Amino acid sequence: MSAAVFQAKLWYAQRISAMILGICVAIHLIIIFYAIRGGLSAQEILGRTQGNLAFALFYEIFVLACFVHAPIGVSNILQETFPNSGLAKPISWLLAILISTLGTTAVIGVYSGGSL
Amino acid sequence: MSHTDLKVKVWRGTDQGEFVEYLVPRISNQTVLDVVTYIQRKLDPTLSYRFACRVGMCGSCAMTVNGVARWTCRTHVSKIVEGDSLEIAPLNNLPVIKDLATDMREFFNKWKGAVGFFKGDQTRHDDFAKVEPQSEERQLANAGIECIGCGVCYASCEVVEARSNYLGPAALNRAWTLSNDIRDVQQIERLRAVAGDAGCHACHTQGSCTERCPKAIEPTASIAGLKKLVARAAVKGSKWGKL
Repeated sequence: MSAAVFQAKLWYAQRISAMILGICVAIHLIIIFYAIRGGLSAQEILGRTQGNLAFALFYEIFVLACFVHAPIGVSNILQETFPNSGLAKPISWLLAILISTLGTTAVIGVYSGGSL
Repeated sequence: MSHTDLKVKVWRGTDQGEFVEYLVPRISNQTVLDVVTYIQRKLDPTLSYRFACRVGMCGSCAMTVNGVARWTCRTHVSKIVEGDSLEIAPLNNLPVIKDLATDMREFFNKWKGAVGFFKGDQTRHDDFAKVEPQSEERQLANAGIECIGCGVCYASCEVVEARSNYLGPAALNRAWTLSNDIRDVQQIERLRAVAGDAGCHACHTQGSCTERCPKAIEPTASIAGLKKLVARAAVKGSKWGKL
């Protein structure tokens, strides 16, 4: 696969993940507005999310969409802002690893309630 | 100086140089090209600039006027003058040969790089190709074929500024019109040439090219068409084959 075809596929992946993110962010905000009526504590959050597979699956999809979307964008920005620095690839990979690791850890955390 | 004189700052030099001010009599229906021609003929014959047709067909007289790339032959001074001042510079994103004349080689080489030229497989012995005027392809091609190659879009594009290998709006617009030419036989080669970060996928969709195109073409829309066509061809394949 040529570099140009790979870049075209990355572009496609970023667009598709943007569509998923659009839906995820909307649902996420609606849930927040719904859940915080009358105040909210960590106990109440865990009470809703602990053991709830639907919550866990939804937020893992959210994390995966971020994992695909953000590093491609950051890589493009770095490539255009600092063209000869060689920063684009390592920083975008680092970001990808951070998003997937921290995001998935958080999802596991709210699903298991910290028991794992 | 009469009160009807224009103060015109003109770039003199190459990539290194300075603005020099000239006083040019203001007359009605004066174009920016008239102003530049007056300076060269009456005030300073060493001024270099480029023009040919004077009627908006040839695409050779584009310059940066008051900070914006324009075709000078059809830009009336009255429409853009700020007070009584004009600032005329060569086009951005192109090397300056001298004064207001830029080296357009890279601009046109990128058209070639985008496979922005027609190649058919019919000869004079074959019948005429029949292209339905109302067909989708013909309509899409129609939207972009009036390009005169003036370089205004190329000079206005921030991606061209950031990525020196980016093909630019004009070359990609030409590639798009040819992608919709059912007679052309280089479709896969063209899709490969315009794919990726040197091609259509680098476009930020800021729309400066569309905003400034003197022929009211929308290269942004053409590039968006190419993005979809190429990305689909890279993932699923196209009617001409897989990339």
